[in-house]
Amino acid sequence: MHIPDGFLSTLVAIIFWVSSIVGLAYALRRTGKDLGERQVPLMGVLAAAIFAGQMLNFSVTGGTSGHLLGAALATILVGPWPAVVVMTTVVSVQALVFQDGGLLALGANLFNMAIIGVAVSYFVYASLRRMTRGASWGLFASGFAAAWSSIFIASLAAALQLALSGTTPANLAVPAMGGIHALIGVGEGLITVGALAFLYATRREMVGAAPAAAKGGRGVWALGLGIALLLSVLSPLASAHPDGLEWVAEQEGFLEAARTPLFNLIPDYVLPGVSNEALATILAGILGTLIVFGVVVAVAYLRRSGKPAA
Amino acid sequence: MLSLIFAGAGSPPLESLLRANPRALLGAVVRPGRPLVHIHFLDPYRPLASPVHDLDGRVKFILAVAFILTVSLTPFGAWPVYLLLWSIALSAEILSGLGVGYVLRRAALALPFVLAAIPLAFTTPGTPWLEFPLGPWQLTLTLDGLLRFANVAVKSWLSVQAAIVLASSTEFRDLLLAMRAVRIPRLLVAMFGLMWRYLFVLVDEAVRLMRARSARSGIARRPADAPGRRPGGSLAWRAKVAGGMAGNLFLRAVDRSDRIYVAMLSRGYDGEVRSFATQPVPPGARVTLWIGLALLGLLWLGGILVWG
Repeated sequence: MHIPDGFLSTLVAIIFWVSSIVGLAYALRRTGKDLGERQVPLMGVLAAAIFAGQMLNFSVTGGTSGHLLGAALATILVGPWPAVVVMTTVVSVQALVFQDGGLLALGANLFNMAIIGVAVSYFVYASLRRMTRGASWGLFASGFAAAWSSIFIASLAAALQLALSGTTPANLAVPAMGGIHALIGVGEGLITVGALAFLYATRREMVGAAPAAAKGGRGVWALGLGIALLLSVLSPLASAHPDGLEWVAEQEGFLEAARTPLFNLIPDYVLPGVSNEALATILAGILGTLIVFGVVVAVAYLRRSGKPAA
Repeated sequence: MLSLIFAGAGSPPLESLLRANPRALLGAVVRPGRPLVHIHFLDPYRPLASPVHDLDGRVKFILAVAFILTVSLTPFGAWPVYLLLWSIALSAEILSGLGVGYVLRRAALALPFVLAAIPLAFTTPGTPWLEFPLGPWQLTLTLDGLLRFANVAVKSWLSVQAAIVLASSTEFRDLLLAMRAVRIPRLLVAMFGLMWRYLFVLVDEAVRLMRARSARSGIARRPADAPGRRPGGSLAWRAKVAGGMAGNLFLRAVDRSDRIYVAMLSRGYDGEVRSFATQPVPPGARVTLWIGLALLGLLWLGGILVWG
């Protein structure tokens, strides 16, 4: 998922640099304000541990292997704001020193892995933990769900960035990236559960308690919900766009867009024939998300109401 | 032995590096005229005496980023500009003493991602060049599509070369100073520094964990070695073992950070992250910076004016 240089158009790269800088600056301020001085070495060493932890692979099949990526685990262990800083450190050093992801594309990579990854992890983990009322199975279920969705949603974001840059048409990038990462996410989920099981057995106080309502946690929670909803709506919309080719070509000429009159672009976007199908996919996306959450909430409530009776 | 551990093909470039040079794990190397240092397989820095190595890290950092930005801004089809940009990259590679082969070999590690751009070759409208069926689809390879694909690949390939020269000719400490010089927040730079300081320690921990795992479980790399049996149970079980190791690594990291914190306290740490005052950029390096930026600016202008 580390996008190298050359695959994003300059404009897209800069837009995501700005977004990442804003998010990161806020996270740094929160980390500096809310957390003790003890956190500084903790975050640095955790970043190193995530990097080293990515070496702990397990064979999947035919010479391929899965390994940890870590956004969800970092979020669960240290909370959302420090996790943003930790993941930023990991992703930046990977780009700067190991060419794992480009320098100009680093803004987008940070946005996907440090900001989206952490916000979505936190949103899923905090909601599910609260619903399961601190039951031990809830820890593992929420850890798995947080890890899977952080990978999956971040990959959708990467696919859309590639599509916006005109590198890969959205109707190919979204299913390809999403499909591959839905599988990678399962590996990430399993490893995260393994790590949580180990920590639960050895240091229950690190992971056992439901996440304390972190200051500003509500904001991250809402951000995670917003991102998850937005991307699950945008990606099918983008890939269902019947005229993906022209759309991409237009994105390619994004820089020229400033020179071309705006009305040249608009008719292609809001043609009634297009918007019907688009509307359908949007509705389907929202509906799907709501159904998933409905099921989760229902299961959690059944479980909760069942407990006192038992 | 170590190559056994890294039988899988997963995260580049860590494993590729390991596979290329597993002996580098063995650690301390004595080099004449230098103190005993732990040469780690991960560190891409190659200590050499060259004008590129001697150039101020801040100047190198800014020039590398400016180079990548110029590559990114160069319009489609401006092949002469790409050629000139490549000549700049090549001269940096030769001047640095790293060798063109070394840089190109490392650059190849970043290539698999071009898969993402392959659809361009088929979806760009233009002169059909080659048509062939693939399952239910009829694919049309167009000349324009191929050129667009080549354009993306060339951009990526040029950018990664600049990044490799920067990382291989600049010590991490100098990169940290460069990041301070371009006003990256102090806390973040301190994070980078701390991570780098403990990265090798924790990678060694991870390698010990993996060695322990393979010692416990044994490895049959090919089905022929143990017919009918696969090592290590189901996929979920293997993932859980790897997860346990990750948890173990995290626990060791947290314990270590406690010890580091106490050590920092005993040296007068008061919660404030400090950094050394930076030296001004020497005049010679300043000239190099401006010449480099002017050259890149000219190339960019030329690309925009002729092909834009």
